[in-house]
Amino acid sequence: MASDSDSDGDFVTFGTPLEPLEEDEPLRKPVPLYEQTVKDEKGRYQRFHGAFTGGFSAGYFNTVGTKEGWTPATFVSSRQQKAGRQNARPEDFMDEEDLGDHGIAPRQITTTADFASGRKDVIRDKARAITSLSAPIPGDTVLEDLVAPARSSMGVELLRKMGWKDGQGVGPRVKRRLCKQRADSATRAFGSASPPNGSSESQDEEDGEFVPENVTFAPKDVTPIDFTPKVDLHGLGYRGLNPLAALRGGPGAGHINLFTMDSDRTNSLFGEDRKGQRRRGGVAGQGFGVGAMEDDDEDIYHRDIMSNYDTVLGGEEPGNGLYGWTAPQQYNRKKKDHSKDAAYLGKILEGFTLASDKLETKTIFPPPNLPRDFRPVHYFRPVVDLSSVSPMVAQALQTSRGHMAQEEPSKGGRHQLDSAQRRELLGEATLQGPSSVFDLLKVEDRERLSSLRRPSSDTSSGPRQPTPGEARAAVVAAGVAAAAARASAQKALSSRFAPHAEQQQQEALSVWSGPTAQAQTGQTFKPFERTPHKQARYDLYIDQLKQGDRDALELSLDPTMTEWERGRERDEFVRAALLYKPSSSSLSCRFTRGKQDDGVEADTVEVTRDQENDVDDKQAAVKMKMFGKLTRDTFEWHPDNLLCKRFNIPDPYPGSGFVGMPKVKRDKFSVFNFLTVSESPTASASPAPQGVKPSEPGKRSRWDVSGQAGDKERKEKDPVSEFLSVARIEASGSGPEASTTDGPTTDPTVEPDTEQKEEEEEEESRPSMDLFKAIFASSSDEKSSSSSEGESEEEEEKEEGVRSKAGTGPQISNQLNVNTTQPAPPVSTTPSQHPDILFKTPSGPAAAPPPRDQEMEEEEFGPRLPPPSSTLTAERRPSPTPSAKDDKHKKKCKEKHKAKKHGKHKKDKKVRPGKTT
Amino acid sequence: MSFPQPKPEVPQLPQNLLRTIDCQQGAVRAVRFNADGNYLLSCGSDKSLKLWSVSRGTLLKTYSGHGYEVLDADGSYDNSQLCSCSSDKTVILWDVATGQVTRKLRGHAGKVNCVQFNEEATVILSGSIDGTVRCWDTRSRKFDPIQILDEAQDGVSSLKVSEHELLTGSVDGRVRRYDLRMGQLHVDFINSPITCVCFSADGQCTLTSSLDSTVRLLDKSTGEMLGEYTGHKMKGYKLDCCLSSKDTHVLSCSEDGHVYCWDLVEGSLMLKLPVGKAVVQSLSFHPSETRLLTAMEGRVQVWGAEPEETEEEVVVVQQEKA
Repeated sequence: MASDSDSDGDFVTFGTPLEPLEEDEPLRKPVPLYEQTVKDEKGRYQRFHGAFTGGFSAGYFNTVGTKEGWTPATFVSSRQQKAGRQNARPEDFMDEEDLGDHGIAPRQITTTADFASGRKDVIRDKARAITSLSAPIPGDTVLEDLVAPARSSMGVELLRKMGWKDGQGVGPRVKRRLCKQRADSATRAFGSASPPNGSSESQDEEDGEFVPENVTFAPKDVTPIDFTPKVDLHGLGYRGLNPLAALRGGPGAGHINLFTMDSDRTNSLFGEDRKGQRRRGGVAGQGFGVGAMEDDDEDIYHRDIMSNYDTVLGGEEPGNGLYGWTAPQQYNRKKKDHSKDAAYLGKILEGFTLASDKLETKTIFPPPNLPRDFRPVHYFRPVVDLSSVSPMVAQALQTSRGHMAQEEPSKGGRHQLDSAQRRELLGEATLQGPSSVFDLLKVEDRERLSSLRRPSSDTSSGPRQPTPGEARAAVVAAGVAAAAARASAQKALSSRFAPHAEQQQQEALSVWSGPTAQAQTGQTFKPFERTPHKQARYDLYIDQLKQGDRDALELSLDPTMTEWERGRERDEFVRAALLYKPSSSSLSCRFTRGKQDDGVEADTVEVTRDQENDVDDKQAAVKMKMFGKLTRDTFEWHPDNLLCKRFNIPDPYPGSGFVGMPKVKRDKFSVFNFLTVSESPTASASPAPQGVKPSEPGKRSRWDVSGQAGDKERKEKDPVSEFLSVARIEASGSGPEASTTDGPTTDPTVEPDTEQKEEEEEEESRPSMDLFKAIFASSSDEKSSSSSEGESEEEEEKEEGVRSKAGTGPQISNQLNVNTTQPAPPVSTTPSQHPDILFKTPSGPAAAPPPRDQEMEEEEFGPRLPPPSSTLTAERRPSPTPSAKDDKHKKKCKEKHKAKKHGKHKKDKKVRPGKTT
Repeated sequence: MSFPQPKPEVPQLPQNLLRTIDCQQGAVRAVRFNADGNYLLSCGSDKSLKLWSVSRGTLLKTYSGHGYEVLDADGSYDNSQLCSCSSDKTVILWDVATGQVTRKLRGHAGKVNCVQFNEEATVILSGSIDGTVRCWDTRSRKFDPIQILDEAQDGVSSLKVSEHELLTGSVDGRVRRYDLRMGQLHVDFINSPITCVCFSADGQCTLTSSLDSTVRLLDKSTGEMLGEYTGHKMKGYKLDCCLSSKDTHVLSCSEDGHVYCWDLVEGSLMLKLPVGKAVVQSLSFHPSETRLLTAMEGRVQVWGAEPEETEEEVVVVQQEKA
């Protein structure tokens, strides 16, 4: 009906179009409801009589009257006109609406039946059926249908004239091979819809005899795709119950197969089985009784029998199971096809075929079964060799683990020990002579410290040798002696708990009442944060400790609690107070990656919870080629949910709130934050030029891993003893040796010596400069360089003292956090300089690198790399970075020298610690 | 022959030079087979990535869009996409057919050493000198990485992806294996900067080469060392190593211009393939056949088990103007 021409004028329009809106027109009032009427083109109100059949209006304005009113017409006889009366057509009774576009008998140009397509005229058929029903003899038109001439449409006629025959396809004739292929594809695509003789024919041909070359075949007929729209809401291919089949009764009807596979099966169920059976009218079957007049009552009650169900997976035997595996070929073939179809449970939808090859399914392995006693959280405890540790320390370690686990989920293990305990752990004599900070450190840390100290000893070798650090160290040593005495007393009393607790209380008091702790107000730990009351009591306890109150503990406890609870809390408080001492030095856990924004004034930094095991052990293991347990660490790691999704893997930690490694907040204020400040430029320094500065700290390359001086020394020594001597040896002895091994190994093959020297000169004396500043800068300078503003001056001074101790050497004690209460006199000489600036444009006493190079590199490399963690620096040997390594690839390129410098420079940037700006 | 053969046939080694391709794109930084081994990708230092036919040695496409030398590339399983990484800190996802940049992924703070698709090319993983591995989503429109793996303490030099695992080698001397299914990270300490890591084809072992001139075969699950292969020279360059397609041999580049090939089980040197005078920069083994690609300076060489019938010594390909 709708015209499909392109022009706009041919569109059928319904209703009245809205008036076009004008730009500056005031909003019109909406038409009130009572004025919204529908009129036809004559102005008559349309009342929508027969709205469901299309709508028409009747009479005169929906009345039975006329224009003149309700006046009965006078009778006029038509007797005389009988002869002239002709047959009335339906159109005589229609008005122009009915004959219009939307009426029941539209008057327009249509294709006549001759030219119409094969599709039947639905309306005409329906009308015919109605007339046949209402005809005087019902079924009158049946005969008419039977004798109706077989009319074919004009298109079919034309095709016939052109030589087309029924059952053939339309198109040019094709050669045999192509024809066969087409036939195959046609049968595959449309299954049983293709003409049966076609497939058999093609099979014959397949087997067949010689066919001359010049014989061509018509293409196979194509079954038109049925474009019936799907109007119901059922699933694809769902047919539902056939009411005819359900009500037909009889024994076969007891089982209703919803999933009829294909049409022939349906036929066999419902058609052929029932052929001989008399079909009864009326309602019968399950649930309906047997009438008195009926004689057979064999199947009143429904009985479903097993033979209605398939007992074998796959298809039934073709034929009647007469053939086994020796069946003739056609049975085999048929069977194969059938089994393929039947493997799919259900009807194959029209237009669909089964895939010839299966989709490859991914094998998904379930995660392994967890053992029954598996705890989902694993703490990596430090490996403490119990044999090398005094029993008291071992016991203390174990008790602290057991009790503190609930307050502090993450344990740094050895880092929570205080220095006296640590000394016990290290098996060191209690403070005979000056001990060193180095005792506390791991070997790498020590190494870095020593490399840090060497330049300082270089610079301070002159008249400044008796530094104020010496005086401070003396004071510190006194404090250390006291602590050591305490520790020894503690050792003596170790077996019994009560005096032990007493001892601890004393210790806590002494620790917290010091001026260092007094100054530290803001950043105390809150170990009992989860229970605010407890935390409040703990705070009270700490406050009183700070005031030096002896019975602080008893005062702060809640008297309403039971004795047991109080005892427990007392124990916890004392432990917590000892563990969370002001600036308790957790060593390596403080070294974190410098990823954090330096400007943020956060008290804590995030550190991965699980720390790696000792690198020394691993190195030893690697040297002995004992890979495996010793060199492997396994951590918990949370992949992103989306990443799991993309990898088609279930999230191993569903609902975990974070990704990556579990992180833990650690105190940011630590001595070692500052140590890394002054250390980092040192670390970034490149190897010393050979012969130029023999006392320069040996910077080992990352590329050469073994056979170095440090390693040799490490082999000799016991890792837990004589740190002091080693540090001294390293400070003086190993420097040149390392540097000599170093030069060639950085770039053994291609690097000319001159180049290396050049670039090394560029960086050689930066560390000393920075250290100079780190040691002798006044506290006000410190503030500018440290990002932490909440820090008190006193503490800064303390840190400074420690730093200077780290620089000046082994004459100070290891009690760096507790006892260094004496503020250091500022010994400033250099103007305050940002480490960064200082790093970029060194103004130190040594030769400065050409600034042109630096700028160039900046340009080329854009923003600087994020600084790596300081734990990283702990085990990283300063060396060329991969950039340098990769740059070496341009061996043939002429700018290799430049590239090398990029590498160095980038590495310098990388090693810069993150915590300072 | 009347006697049964005493030993199964010795697996063949790619010792015959089939073809030399002069890539004309500066130094070739890396050469890679595609997923089925019919094509090869060469990463040039002139910022271009080139796709070649292995069998004919003809240039098929040049992909230009990087701002600095291309360091690594990978092809998706269906050959419809490529990814490449470069010194310009970007990772680019390419459409193979059109040669257009589908996506340019920025975020790394340093040059990107290695890049890999995952199995279904839904994620690109890239390891950079900044010490991070970034997981980029190719499905969504987001340009941020799904996850950043920052466990490495130094630059990530090599990276491989299996079905559910991610193997990274870092300059901090550690091989990290991220097991997505178990949610675990296994760190193996090698104590020397890692230059290349590989999974074996059976997925049970990992191969790592490091700058102590050693290639090590480690058991994946326990980290124990199964084999150690030495003799080559790898001291300063990031060179590749790989396993043969049947896991029978271990191959490694060397700085002395050879490719070393060891028997995997015995650890004995089976073949020392002379490639040239310079450093063998990169190599790649065919996923199914005995075919090897090596890259030295500006050339890519294709090696096979037996010489081809049509012996073309050098195919100098006229290259389109880049």
